Amino acid sequence: MDKTVNQKAWFLVLPVLVLVAFSAVLPLMTVVNYSVNDTFGDNEFFWAGLEWFEEMITSDRLWDAFWRQVLFSGIILAIEVPLGIFIALNMPKKGAWASVCLVLMALPLLIPFNVVGTIWQIFGRVDIGLLGHTLAALGVDYNYTSDAFDAWATIIVMDVWHWTSLVALLCYAGLQSIPQAYYQAAKIDQASRWKTFRYIELPKMKGVLLIAILLRFMDSFMIYTEPFVLTGGGPGNATTFLSIDLVKMAIGQFDLGPAAAFSILYFLVILLVSWVFYTVMTAFDREDQR
Amino acid sequence: MARITLSNLAHSYLPQPKSEADFALKEMDHVWDDGGAYALLGSSGCGKTTLLNIISGLVHPSQGRVLFGERDVTLAATAERNIAQVFQFPVVYDTMTVRDNLAFPLRNRGMDAAYVSARVNQIAAMIGMEGNLDRKARGLTADAKQKISLGRGMVREDVNAILFDEPLTVIDPHMKWELRTQLKSLHREFGHTMIYVTHDQTEALTFADKVVVMYDGRVVQMGTPEELFETPAHTFVGYFIGSPGMNLLDAKVDGAVAQVAGQAVPLGAAYGEPTGRVQIGVRPEFVRLSATEGLPATIRRIEDVGRHRIVRAEVAGVAVNAILPEGVSVSPEMTRLVFEPGHVLVYADDWRVRPQGAQIGKAA
Repeated sequence: MDKTVNQKAWFLVLPVLVLVAFSAVLPLMTVVNYSVNDTFGDNEFFWAGLEWFEEMITSDRLWDAFWRQVLFSGIILAIEVPLGIFIALNMPKKGAWASVCLVLMALPLLIPFNVVGTIWQIFGRVDIGLLGHTLAALGVDYNYTSDAFDAWATIIVMDVWHWTSLVALLCYAGLQSIPQAYYQAAKIDQASRWKTFRYIELPKMKGVLLIAILLRFMDSFMIYTEPFVLTGGGPGNATTFLSIDLVKMAIGQFDLGPAAAFSILYFLVILLVSWVFYTVMTAFDREDQR
Repeated sequence: MARITLSNLAHSYLPQPKSEADFALKEMDHVWDDGGAYALLGSSGCGKTTLLNIISGLVHPSQGRVLFGERDVTLAATAERNIAQVFQFPVVYDTMTVRDNLAFPLRNRGMDAAYVSARVNQIAAMIGMEGNLDRKARGLTADAKQKISLGRGMVREDVNAILFDEPLTVIDPHMKWELRTQLKSLHREFGHTMIYVTHDQTEALTFADKVVVMYDGRVVQMGTPEELFETPAHTFVGYFIGSPGMNLLDAKVDGAVAQVAGQAVPLGAAYGEPTGRVQIGVRPEFVRLSATEGLPATIRRIEDVGRHRIVRAEVAGVAVNAILPEGVSVSPEMTRLVFEPGHVLVYADDWRVRPQGAQIGKAA
């Protein structure tokens, strides 16, 4: 059968095109415009070609921030995913305690990011913070404002506290969808606890787990508010992640051209990683249907 | 392998059962012989699955004991009981190949690799999946998955019993017949005790040597298919087995005669004077049409189902069915129903009343 061709149908997608143009394409083009020009204000632009991109790609400062960012995302994924799975496996499956656990788990997710930063900023202070003061009293030499390792440790613990619940809740939902018969069959087959996890629970959680990893990766890769409030990127540049560095460059130093080139590279990295995730997820889906 | 004894067993899903109605399984004492093929038959929610799960150890009973041979396993975990169970819906390990799925119960018990591979091939041939052994189980159709579940249930040779919980629900009719035949031949070959839960009487009667009929948390009769047909111990058995089921009519019984709607119906034996709600039951196979004798009836319709015809009639407002064998002619004057006396049974409060003294015919 021949397909009916009706060019008028294009009008139907017009509203979406207009909306996307104003919400995404035009702002992005402004950034593109900045990235290929030099400006000193007054809306006066001088063509700079790919000069800013070359500068950024060879910039040690950007690469340092990038590797810090990769390390940070790597560490928090390595902690939050197994911990989230562990918590989900140990949460009660039904009854009153299940609801209590769900509410408790959801609480950290409801706190605004800058409040989380402030909470930990005060919590970790050596003079008045419960954590900092206790550690100092125990004889631990802890000071997140002057020691790079302490600053990292504090930010990682803060992120784990804030976001492990998300992974746990998603995994919990995945676990709840496993029919009881699977566990019974595993008992009959004399499967060990590990094998039950490996062959029943993990495969059934795979879908939600991938989403959890994607969300946690994206969020941690773009993290700004919490470390900004807690350490402001310090001590030195120890916790200056990509977005903190970007803001410093664009607004602190008013280097709009390099910052624009930086943003576009940053955007492309995230796009690339998301594409990889998307490909992996659809590949899994196809396998499921086969 | 072992004889399974249920002693004084009852189960309630409530922590503090108060009345009998709180029990999903009412108190029972039964012995399941070693090597028997049993079918557990009953309508949905009658406690079949609960009983099965108690035997396999997935559920621990509220009271009573479960013995395998002489060993008390009431509180033993499933793994210790060495039992295989196949569930209603397919349970396969998605990420494993078909081969690994079948080998899983053997490998978990540390069997030797050569034995495992030989045994897996044997089972694969039995369920017709030799060609798919190296495929992932995930993408298979529901009936292929259920065949794997069955295969996993049968792969161990040393099990005490194999329990099937309506395993053929998702299988298409042709395959159903074939798998059931294979289960039968497996039973003959290895002599495992098999308990097969179903709500399909054809399945139960063709599979089992002994059929256990359950109703409302109780085992109402345990017997051969013939016994269930000839002498149902409970009105539920009469109604559930047979197509159409047994006819039941309220009656007043005195000795060897029952009074139904003011008419006398001769019984094959004397029953004294049973009390409670008294009914007589007769299978449609033993009811015939007559113009001159028997109970006056209103004939509603006659259904031709091929091999025979079913007469749908009413006696005093109660539906009564009769089966007419091939070649029996029907005329408009035949508006009376005759029950063969030797096949009329008496029930008081749904339980069969045994005849007293000398008996005639099958009612014995």
